[in-house]
Amino acid sequence: MSGDLTRSTLGSMSYDPAPESAGVARLKSEYGLFIDGAFSDPSSHQPFLTLNPATEEPLSSVSLASSADVERAVVSARHAYDKIWSKTTGAERSKYLFRIARLIQERAREFAVVETLDNGKPIRESRDVDVPLAAAHFFYYAGWADKLDHAGFGPNPKPLGVAGQIIPWNFPLLMAAWKLAPALAAGNTCVLKPAETTPLSALLLAEILQQAELPPGVVNIVTGDGSTGSALVDHPGVDKIAFTGSTEVGRLIQQRVAPSRKHLTLELGGKGANIVFEDAPIDEMIEGIIDGIFFNQGHVCCAGSRLLVQESVADEVLRRLIRRVDQLRVGDPMDKNTDVGAINSAAQLARIKELTAYGEQEGATRYTSSCALPDKGYWFAPTVFADVAQSHRVAREEIFGPVLSVLTFRTPEEAVAKANNSNYGLACGVWSEKGSRTLWVAERLRAGVIWANTYNKFDPTSPFGGVRESGFGREGGRHGLEAYLNV
Amino acid sequence: MSEIRLDVRKTYKLLINGAFPRSESGRSYEVTSFKGEFLANVAQGSRKDVRDAVVAARGAQSKWWAQSAYNRGQVIYRLAEMAESRRDELAEHVGLAEGFKDKGAQASVSRAIDRIVWYAGWTDKIAQILGSSNPVAGPFFNFSVPVPSGVVGVIASQDSSLEGFIDAVLAPIATGNTVVVLASNNRPTPSILIGEMTATADFPGGVLNIVTGHTGEIAPTLVGHEDVDGVDLDGVDGEFESELAVSAASSIKRVLRTGDSGLASLRRLRAFVETSTVWHTIGQ
Amino acid sequence: MSTAPLRLVSTDERGVQLPTESALPSVESECQLKALLKGLSGVDAVGAEARAAKLATRSLKKSTKLAAIDLAISMVDLTTLEGADTPGRVTSLCTKAMRPDPSDASVPSAAAVCVYPDLVAHARSVLGNSSVAVASVATAFPSGRASLNVKLLDVKEAVSAGADEIDMVIDRGAFLSGRVGQVLDEVMAVKEVCGDAHLKVILETGELVTYDNVRRASWIAMLGGADFIKTSTGKVSVNATLPTALVMLEAVRDFGESTGRLVGVKVAGGIRNTKDALRYLVVVNETAGSAWLTPNKFRFGASSLLNDLLMQRLKQHRGVYVRPDEFSGD
Repeated sequence: MSGDLTRSTLGSMSYDPAPESAGVARLKSEYGLFIDGAFSDPSSHQPFLTLNPATEEPLSSVSLASSADVERAVVSARHAYDKIWSKTTGAERSKYLFRIARLIQERAREFAVVETLDNGKPIRESRDVDVPLAAAHFFYYAGWADKLDHAGFGPNPKPLGVAGQIIPWNFPLLMAAWKLAPALAAGNTCVLKPAETTPLSALLLAEILQQAELPPGVVNIVTGDGSTGSALVDHPGVDKIAFTGSTEVGRLIQQRVAPSRKHLTLELGGKGANIVFEDAPIDEMIEGIIDGIFFNQGHVCCAGSRLLVQESVADEVLRRLIRRVDQLRVGDPMDKNTDVGAINSAAQLARIKELTAYGEQEGATRYTSSCALPDKGYWFAPTVFADVAQSHRVAREEIFGPVLSVLTFRTPEEAVAKANNSNYGLACGVWSEKGSRTLWVAERLRAGVIWANTYNKFDPTSPFGGVRESGFGREGGRHGLEAYLNV
Repeated sequence: MSEIRLDVRKTYKLLINGAFPRSESGRSYEVTSFKGEFLANVAQGSRKDVRDAVVAARGAQSKWWAQSAYNRGQVIYRLAEMAESRRDELAEHVGLAEGFKDKGAQASVSRAIDRIVWYAGWTDKIAQILGSSNPVAGPFFNFSVPVPSGVVGVIASQDSSLEGFIDAVLAPIATGNTVVVLASNNRPTPSILIGEMTATADFPGGVLNIVTGHTGEIAPTLVGHEDVDGVDLDGVDGEFESELAVSAASSIKRVLRTGDSGLASLRRLRAFVETSTVWHTIGQ
Repeated sequence: MSTAPLRLVSTDERGVQLPTESALPSVESECQLKALLKGLSGVDAVGAEARAAKLATRSLKKSTKLAAIDLAISMVDLTTLEGADTPGRVTSLCTKAMRPDPSDASVPSAAAVCVYPDLVAHARSVLGNSSVAVASVATAFPSGRASLNVKLLDVKEAVSAGADEIDMVIDRGAFLSGRVGQVLDEVMAVKEVCGDAHLKVILETGELVTYDNVRRASWIAMLGGADFIKTSTGKVSVNATLPTALVMLEAVRDFGESTGRLVGVKVAGGIRNTKDALRYLVVVNETAGSAWLTPNKFRFGASSLLNDLLMQRLKQHRGVYVRPDEFSGD
């Protein structure tokens, strides 16, 4: 058999479009605020549109909650806490949460479609990752509500009261679940502020809460922009603030909250290092690097946005990586075969372009996927920077997009030092078949989450959160209860 | 002439490996209500039925443990869904068995259902309570995880026909064991109903096996069976209990004695769990 | 710091990147072979299974699906390997392989029929000059437990009787006890006796169990001159699986890049329906690439699969599902 590249008579197998149907979503043309168990008009009529980032078409009109609306929501949450929820037994809270989990499962497809339309992430991901994890999160914390005595915080631990919760646009439904489930299980009531560009799945969740017959005021959802979030952070009637978002904003929130006695947890940015040793399982490692940075278009706080590869295998890894990047299918998020979807907003796209331009200016070698991009919508082709130095901006700053920076190292100690050489400390990956080395490295990495021979794995039982400027506090697991108990 | 509709009466069978057979011995016995009225002819399980049940439990155990804790929790929660939807039937039988009036019976059923929900939520948390990473003095990552003992034999409470039954069987099931339970001798019907509900709750066959019959006759077979890893002696007491405990000793079974746990205690959950500790070197 | 410039890979070159000089690595001793095998990357089972599962979510519709079904039909090695096989059975099989749907000439022929050595001559006589090849199992199939002499004679007789392709089994006992040199020697010996016949080497992945073993056995077979590596005999409880195929396709891709020689992959056993078959084609497409999307480089060893492919093909054209009896049983 001679070694010539014999092409198939059919050519490479390209996939015809396989679209999920948007009709499943049943979106309303406009939404009010969800306060005291019902949708109502805001104090002043300042609606804003939420767009589909893949097409730039408007999906729906959403209300902007003012300080007066936030006040109304907090009052409702306080009333519900004092009169109802603090008197509801753990067993009863547990059953409400089980109901919510079940309802999410029942309406899973609807949620997946809404999430993809509003966020831009591929339907395969919202269907297989976001929605199942959100349901699982409610299931897990449902099971804590009636056994808090055994959670390791002493007998009969008490909730904090009213929790103000501000969530980001990258995993809208999942972040809502991560906030609401533990808070409710522990006995708190909530005022949730979804991200400006992705309010829809939270508003659908509000319908679920009604179907579950959750008492009015236990959860309130106030859509809006940064001003809504500020009003919530500043409100004296809130006992606890939980924020997930950028380190920049987290810093501001911590400053604003400091003079008060409010409890605070923050889940902020990161510049995750994916460390590849020469004995990594090669094919799975390539997939892991790809997953680490291109999953969810790189809009992941714990993204493996830095590849630290052992110099002895750098060329081979890079070659295989580039080949694999070219295979990524970028396009219509509603197509079931899409791997990489749209960038969430024009603003985020501009930011990614700006930071990526620095990469080239600073002298890194840029490779960008040759994939075709649609005309309308916000898109960025998967990009890899090789020959990156520790001092380059693309090695230090969080891009929050599908851009990977590749650096090399020689020894395990050097890998650890480079990985830790950051003010962030959220997540890292370690790839090696040698368990002792993996554990040695893991012990020394300054990160809240370390993935070994895998990446971007989440589970409601597993605590997630960062160290240093990636924030403090944990979500998930037994540890996740601490943020919402007065212990 | 008024027409009285004849109701279709149920035959109460055993539950072995997900199926509902009669006793291989063909025997049955009369179960009466608290007041002494005829309730049903219930299968009188034999020693061979017990042996078959143990085989079924053993066959199912490794697959039950191989499922994720999340899935196990989902299965147990679905049992609560089934029980809630058939609560009136359960209440009727609990009332007849234990002499409750309707209000008391309904309250007992409510407590039992909430208890099922409580166990459903334990499957993916017990490892976080009973497990640990241990800071040994050396370059080792050392961690302990709770693993199930295997097959657990339960002699259910003779008096508490539903609540006691639920507690005794779901604790080992929640921690990954499979169970062969001898239902209450004289008050078995609520447990048989629960057995029926496991079939629609997606319990894999063999996870819960229920043998009705005369405790005195078949308990020694279950407790003496060497392929049973632990026993809960809740439904026996006095000298008989002591004898059974002695026979359990020959295969070093884990034994839980009568009245050994109250509702708040985790002893039932801890009873049939083994701690497995791993050491792994840490070094470049 | 690396000095090699980054090659920009254009869409045309998305497939295997072949070396300018093709060179089969020389393996002169079992020691060298062991070192080579040890140097192969390990396979993380969790990662491999996750990758296969993700590829299984690909949704093939419309023209892609139709083209894929026809491709799959053309890749089928229609198989009968029973003790009870008779010339009559083989005649039916060959007829079906040549013309799977008598009422529709546009349906492609199967790639080959696969039979026991003593039925090769009969198959050859029925197939004549048709495009359908005669593949014969040999080497004391399925167990492989016989002396080398007996196994080679088995091959010789099949080849003389007219077999175009030989499906041999490796000695799993030798492999699992570390006698990898012996495994390689046997492949080479069989290859020589094959003459012009193509050699498929069955790894029996269900008995090898781990993906690491599958990778190593794949390389031994390829170093021994295999034209195809094949998952299974179909006679044990665990046959072809998506992750196993994934690992084998990675192996042939890597071997192709190292040596310039492209080795085919055949999955056998347990592929019962179109959905399964299309999933394998997706794995081929996204692992080894388009060079393997041809019957010359990828095969399905199956029997009932063909009728399901025909049924799905008809459904795509007619818009409704038809009765199983629409097609001949054999």
